[in-house]
Amino acid sequence: MAAISREEVAHLAHLARLAVTEDELDTFAGQLDQIVSSVARIGEVAADDIPPTSHAVPLTNVMRADEPRPGLSREAALAGAPAVENDRFRVPQILSEET
Amino acid sequence: MSELTGRTAEELGAAIAAGETSAVEVTRAHLDRIDAVDPAVHAFLHVAGESAVAQAAEVDRRIAAGEKLGPLAGVPIAVKDIIVTQDMPTTAGSKILENWLPPYDATLVRKLREAGLVVLGKTNMDEFAMGSSTEYSAYGPTCNPWDTGRIPGGSGGGSAAAVAAREAPLAIGTDTGGSIRQPGAVTGTVGAKPTYGGVSRYGLIAFSSSLDQAGPVTRTVTDAALLHEVIGGHDRCDSTSIDAPVPPVVEAARRGLTGDLTGVKVGVVREFAAAQGAEPGVVAAFEAGVQTLTKLGAEVVEVSCPHFEYALPAYYLIAPSECSSNLARFDGVRYGLRVGDDGSRALEEVMSLTRDRGFGPEVKRRIILGTYALSAGYYDAFYGQAQKVRTLVTRDFTAAFEQVDVLAAPTTPFVAFPFGSRTADPTQMYLADLYTIPSNLYGGPAISVPCGLSEGLPVGLQIMAPTMADDRMYRVAAALESTQSPRLADQTPEVTA
Repeated sequence: MAAISREEVAHLAHLARLAVTEDELDTFAGQLDQIVSSVARIGEVAADDIPPTSHAVPLTNVMRADEPRPGLSREAALAGAPAVENDRFRVPQILSEET
Repeated sequence: MSELTGRTAEELGAAIAAGETSAVEVTRAHLDRIDAVDPAVHAFLHVAGESAVAQAAEVDRRIAAGEKLGPLAGVPIAVKDIIVTQDMPTTAGSKILENWLPPYDATLVRKLREAGLVVLGKTNMDEFAMGSSTEYSAYGPTCNPWDTGRIPGGSGGGSAAAVAAREAPLAIGTDTGGSIRQPGAVTGTVGAKPTYGGVSRYGLIAFSSSLDQAGPVTRTVTDAALLHEVIGGHDRCDSTSIDAPVPPVVEAARRGLTGDLTGVKVGVVREFAAAQGAEPGVVAAFEAGVQTLTKLGAEVVEVSCPHFEYALPAYYLIAPSECSSNLARFDGVRYGLRVGDDGSRALEEVMSLTRDRGFGPEVKRRIILGTYALSAGYYDAFYGQAQKVRTLVTRDFTAAFEQVDVLAAPTTPFVAFPFGSRTADPTQMYLADLYTIPSNLYGGPAISVPCGLSEGLPVGLQIMAPTMADDRMYRVAAALESTQSPRLADQTPEVTA
């Protein structure tokens, strides 16, 4: 298994929306490489004819009647928000000046 | 220490119902105990003293009014902080949810309240249940009451330590790869993971949704079964909850306490015994436990789980993959922490800074690992392959349960280790859950029951059963417990600060 580079960790962190420091890049690259090497042997088993199991319980979609009913009040829904304005979630600006 | 904190939940429930003591008195005794020992143990992240006493007074009032309540009415309980509670903060052991007050109760918490149990507070845990030692809590580690220089297991170390230190007679944990059973084993308590879907996950903050299961942490097997009956059952709010009655677990535990296992076939997995790294003292205690089962009349046979060696690697691909998806909701928009929103930064940067500040090292490691395992080019080799291994492990266990009623194994390869001894190397830490992970992969119930000491520290024996056969597991565990006098859970050394 190919080693995981710092650049690769930086890219994965970006995909996951995680800011990482230079030190963390070094640490994680080493550790992820070690973890991936230790789990790589799962490639030794399970031929093409083995079906994957995604879940212990066979899942079926659960439906209920489409009837309106009370949900959280606006106050309760907003109570844990980091920023609120005019009874709404206030979000950071979506577009930066460069884009 | 009040005599009340030395009693089991069953004894406390009976004494309250009989009017020998009151729920308020029992609750106060445990709150006093928390005051006395929690500075040294740090099992709790939040203690809800006032609301607990008020809840207990309400139970006393209902009993006085002649209302018929369940056997655990008035008994205090501690709840792992990954389970949402409307009237107290829920942090999942993370800074990203510091001081967050959920807008609703988890289904299992609602059931506890309806049955008259008194919620004392929320217990410490590895951040988002990722860890095997409670060292990854953002609020500092919990100490093992048997030796405060050692870990209490993880991720539910707080729940297990609270019970072992007699701060609570009952606690709730969650088990994704062993987080109820492994802390149970290293603190000398009973930890039970019900069949996946047997207890509703509505209101559990999701780590790895296809593996997470809540269950009891107690001092006796009967107490675990009593609590299991309270929290178990179908829930319309959880589409993965099993729509079937809770197996007769209390009846099974009582039957087990008679100490007769005639006609029960117990399998010992050959590959578990041969696994690398198990401490000799743990192996010896396990073998003595199996001897005891034989003396009680059980027939013990060897069975094989040829894909056992692939269970741990499969888990360490499936769990991080699901967590990288589940934890995407912590983006600093609707609740929790927000960092860097000073008007100069765009949403994406605010999210990245928030998640960097809010998440600790193990959570970040797993999010990045999960993102890797799910990314194009690696998905088939890692995530897809891990899901196939899950099929193979399930087939192994299905075949084993055609030959035997239950399986016995050590719960952990080693006793509680000193703080810091495994944090430098994640792969060494991951070995702590080696024997507990297979049952999460196939979804069956499993329990850890104390089975002796090694180097003066508790060792657990694990009983696994087929899906929805939770009663069998309680019967065998209770039979093993019945041979111990005094029980290991009653021998916890006095904690000193």
